[in-house]
Amino acid sequence: MPAYRPPQIPMSEVTPREIYLSRRSFMGSATAAGLAISGAGSAFAAPLMAKSSDYKVSDKLTPKEAITTYNNFYEFGVNKEDPSQNAGAFKTTPWSVKVDGLVGKPKEFGLEELMKMPLEDRTYRMRCVEGWSMVIPWVGFPLVALLNQVEPLGSAKYVSFETVVRPEEMPGQKGLFQALPWPYVEGLRLDEALHPLTLLAVGLYGETLPNQNGAPIRLVVPWKYGFKGIKSIVKISLTEKQPETTWKNSNAREYGFYSNVNPAVDHPRWSQATEQRIGEGGFFGGNRKPTLPFNGYADQVASLYAGMDLKANY
Amino acid sequence: MAAIPALPRRYHAASIWALYVVGLMPAAWYFFQASTGGMGFNPVKTFEHVIGIWALRLIIATLAITPLRDLAGINWVRYRRALGLLAFYYVVIHFMVYLLLDLRLDLGAVGGDIVKRPYITIGFACLLLLIPLAVTSNNWSIRKLGPTWIKLHALIYLIAAGGALHYVLAVKSVTLVPFTHVALIALLLAYRPLRKPFLKWKRGRKAPTRSGTDLSAPAREPALRPAPDQQG
Repeated sequence: MPAYRPPQIPMSEVTPREIYLSRRSFMGSATAAGLAISGAGSAFAAPLMAKSSDYKVSDKLTPKEAITTYNNFYEFGVNKEDPSQNAGAFKTTPWSVKVDGLVGKPKEFGLEELMKMPLEDRTYRMRCVEGWSMVIPWVGFPLVALLNQVEPLGSAKYVSFETVVRPEEMPGQKGLFQALPWPYVEGLRLDEALHPLTLLAVGLYGETLPNQNGAPIRLVVPWKYGFKGIKSIVKISLTEKQPETTWKNSNAREYGFYSNVNPAVDHPRWSQATEQRIGEGGFFGGNRKPTLPFNGYADQVASLYAGMDLKANY
Repeated sequence: MAAIPALPRRYHAASIWALYVVGLMPAAWYFFQASTGGMGFNPVKTFEHVIGIWALRLIIATLAITPLRDLAGINWVRYRRALGLLAFYYVVIHFMVYLLLDLRLDLGAVGGDIVKRPYITIGFACLLLLIPLAVTSNNWSIRKLGPTWIKLHALIYLIAAGGALHYVLAVKSVTLVPFTHVALIALLLAYRPLRKPFLKWKRGRKAPTRSGTDLSAPAREPALRPAPDQQG
């Protein structure tokens, strides 16, 4: 019996590195849009086509492995590694986001439609209220682009958001000792929601969002603590009254509605003056960096809060 | 009721030393993991937390010795000093990681934390209260202090309650793991005021048989238990 011989591939047939690295542009926007849709629901990340944007910080990116294994997503458990370990069975297709409330044209957006929004690559700093931070290359579109389509009424003052409830797929939502009441809800003032920095992310590192990062669509508000970035959104409502928010309901003394990143206002249990960049420094070389007001986005957003007492409105 | 066969006396000392070795193994293992990149992307916090939880477990084990003897007839009093000292070592490691690797000797921040943040105030107080217990854990101190030693070491109840409170206040929400630890501590502390009436009742029940296995009889380590009936 002849021994198995692997096929010999001549070097001339090997795709040059420059070409395979530029495969996304090669595939072109037409095919990529289709891929994005078909891939969005699967457990496997699919590449996304997005145009570059100016919304990029120059900080060193946090490694993808850190971004996708060090997560707070209590629907899948309270430990950092829980979401990446427990989110495998979570199904993100079919998916839709209902946008209603004080709007002229309420609408339920299918995921396919959301994936066709003009996607951008944006690199934002992310500061968790727990005192750590990351630098994440998101793919998404500004929330304002979605809100414009539903035509908010003049009476709308706030936007509320809601995460899906699926105890059968989300182990943190069943059993004794659930960490929080579900659904997870969040909210923004309308002007915050309309701010060009406020992003609905559908991907990171050029691919669709992993389940543990809030697939298929999540909010990113880079000047606020990370828990404002509600994940796996199924509902967005425009309201007149300030919406309920999960962490404020859970402990109003520690977590406010605004939750803007502010090194001058301590969390009652720890200082917010510095932060630990995840994935840098290791065990012995820990390098706490000073935390910046509004997470370094003060030039863009400080004016939203002109005249407000940020200590009282934490 | 002694379901576990008694360890021959000649192995007692060795078994205590083995307990120190085994007890320090989690710390050594986690330290190895953390320093070689095996503890995720925030190794300092993860190590700090896991060591803190082990400190609580050792305090739980320390507190379990007395009820284990009263209720199950298993006398492991000889291991109690090792368990208590191990708990102290873990608390010290927990604090040193916070001081050296987390806050990197930023004494202003440490002082601020201790003064301003109740859970750190409580945790630090527990560390301070453990020091006299660790210092007087040797046989000489036990003999020297006599009944005072027992009063002093009753501080462990305060420390255990403080440790549990420190833990509950430090987590964002009380889920199964914190609840289990705190519930065990609560249970073991709640047993203490019930102990005397329980032993009295038990003695009363046993009185007619006058069996030699009376559980309230002095233990074999008089040096460790100068006045057993006052204990607990």
